[in-house]
Amino acid sequence: MNRINQKLQEDKKLLSIYFTAGYPALNDTVPIIRELEKNGVDMIEIGLPFSDPLADGPTIQASSTAALQNGMRTELLFEQLKDIRKTVSIPLIVMGYFNPMLQYGVEAFCRKCHEIGIDGIIMPDLPLDVYQEQYEAIFTKYGLINVFLITPQTSEERIRQIDGASAGFIYMVSSASVTGSKDGFGNAQTDYFERIARMGLKNPQIVGFGISNAETFQAATETAKGAIIGSAFIKHLTDYGIATIGDFVEKIKS
Amino acid sequence: MKRKKRTTTISGETERKSYHADEKGNYGEFGGAYIPEMLYPNTEELRQNYLRIMADPSFQREFDHLLKDYVGRPTPLYFAERLSQKYGTKIYLKREDLCHTGAHKVNNTIGQILMAKKLGKNRIIAETGAGQHGVATATVCALMGIECVVYMGEIDIARQAPNVARMKMLGAKVRPALSGSRTLKDATNEAIRDWINNPVDTHYIIGSVVGPHPYPDMVARFQSVISEEIKWQLKEKEGRENPDYVVACVGGGSNAAGAYFHYLDVPEVGIIAVEAAGKGIDTGESAATSALGKVGIIHGSKTLLMQTQDGQITEPYSISAGLDYPGVGPMHAHLFKSGRGEFISITDDEAMTAGLEVSQLEGIIPAIETSHAFAIFDYKQFKEDDVVVINLSGRGDKDLQTYIDYFKL
Repeated sequence: MNRINQKLQEDKKLLSIYFTAGYPALNDTVPIIRELEKNGVDMIEIGLPFSDPLADGPTIQASSTAALQNGMRTELLFEQLKDIRKTVSIPLIVMGYFNPMLQYGVEAFCRKCHEIGIDGIIMPDLPLDVYQEQYEAIFTKYGLINVFLITPQTSEERIRQIDGASAGFIYMVSSASVTGSKDGFGNAQTDYFERIARMGLKNPQIVGFGISNAETFQAATETAKGAIIGSAFIKHLTDYGIATIGDFVEKIKS
Repeated sequence: MKRKKRTTTISGETERKSYHADEKGNYGEFGGAYIPEMLYPNTEELRQNYLRIMADPSFQREFDHLLKDYVGRPTPLYFAERLSQKYGTKIYLKREDLCHTGAHKVNNTIGQILMAKKLGKNRIIAETGAGQHGVATATVCALMGIECVVYMGEIDIARQAPNVARMKMLGAKVRPALSGSRTLKDATNEAIRDWINNPVDTHYIIGSVVGPHPYPDMVARFQSVISEEIKWQLKEKEGRENPDYVVACVGGGSNAAGAYFHYLDVPEVGIIAVEAAGKGIDTGESAATSALGKVGIIHGSKTLLMQTQDGQITEPYSISAGLDYPGVGPMHAHLFKSGRGEFISITDDEAMTAGLEVSQLEGIIPAIETSHAFAIFDYKQFKEDDVVVINLSGRGDKDLQTYIDYFKL
């Protein structure tokens, strides 16, 4: 069974962390992953940096630009991760934009992920219909779970369609926003979380965008299975470096 | 708006594909909508409604009325006698430079502001590079009394001060794009992010035939008035609707898409696309996407784009800010790949020289974008009785400082 599915069966709310590979320093990728696992994080999204990340806010974009300037490349990321399964056992997901994957070759990219022991892929700009028509068979062949996003504006019909196409979890974008742009949740979000919970979807939902502290983590996981923190973690790395990752995780969980 | 038949049967057996978009916005292998889910409701609303709204008689009436009385259409199709003499062929100029705001851009912004109204939107966003599309958008927003926010790269704001002032005078807010390379592609990213953050009340007026479906097709249709007019104007002057060649410069490619539109599926009309070679294709400072680009995804569309081996989008260069885009509309990628269009790239120096020549032979100072199209005669020999229509997409007032610096006038 895929590590993501196993993790989703655990009787707890899941904390997932996103970071941009190659940031703050080029070779921080593996130390960050190890440190996150050591401190009890349940799942990790490893961001493959892109020059034009149009669903991301300033924090993640700046970290992507810095990572690329540091020399991060697709092949280098795979090289850094090649022995990761010798020491890390939590689910690992590669998250990025579709063009770098396309240039690497979709099948070659998936094969590499499989060899490394990556469990899933999140490509926000790979649309559902294109995925199903052209790439689903390849993802499946290499045992990779493709994670789709939904937003407060996604119609019920399309949510059902996405639920049907998903085999892990649904990435529930908390509000109409790019990453890192909101502080706290209002009634609109709570209503939306409850509306989705009532739909009885076959895939659990993990909330992302706008989770930055214990309070928002708590609120998001009231109904959802877990939550993803990205921009707030990158800010922490920018301000305090990788030595204090434990403090960050502890604060969220408190 | 009429549309050409999608497929034609030749000799009852071979099916010939149209060069127009199909219902999913694909131009051959290019086009489509590679967008994050956050944008799906926005583009889906547009996709489901744009053809219906454009076919609505009340929409057409208002569009035609504004194009006539506000923009000043039809623009003349002018026989350029001295230029024709010099190059030994019959050259006609489609005078889009005479449109209100000085370029073809306003055809699209008029269409889209009416579209936005029909969709019940009360806020407009746009991206701009040199500022021409920003000005055309600010203009129609002022006309309609609708709030307007224009994203512009921080670097472009510094080098295009007069257009920034125009937009402000027209009541638009100009917001600097501070990320990435701080130019057109980043301004586009910022506009897309704004749209993600404001999915309900806001319409995004894209300035070219780029972006996710339905934008390339919708913008091409709004610009198609250019070739619609060429057809009847040429009929009056030459007794035939079809020129032998239609020539246009291509950055994103909206003026070209409009000039080609009604000729795309007319094989006897040659299509010539002129790109900016910048300082030369091999210099690393170029915007010649057909020569330097590979298939990839930019701003939600699969097309040819300039990128690194890893798929990171690179920064193009041209003396002309309007051709300074790392991609090209999917229609043009398809015209190139299929061989339907002939692509020629022209350097800064060649374009500037051609711009000066047209100024002195015809008394028309073209935009530097358009000057690229006038430089093809060094590369392309036409027959004496060929009819060549060049789309004179914009006037050169905005480029005066660049011309002055270049020629030390």
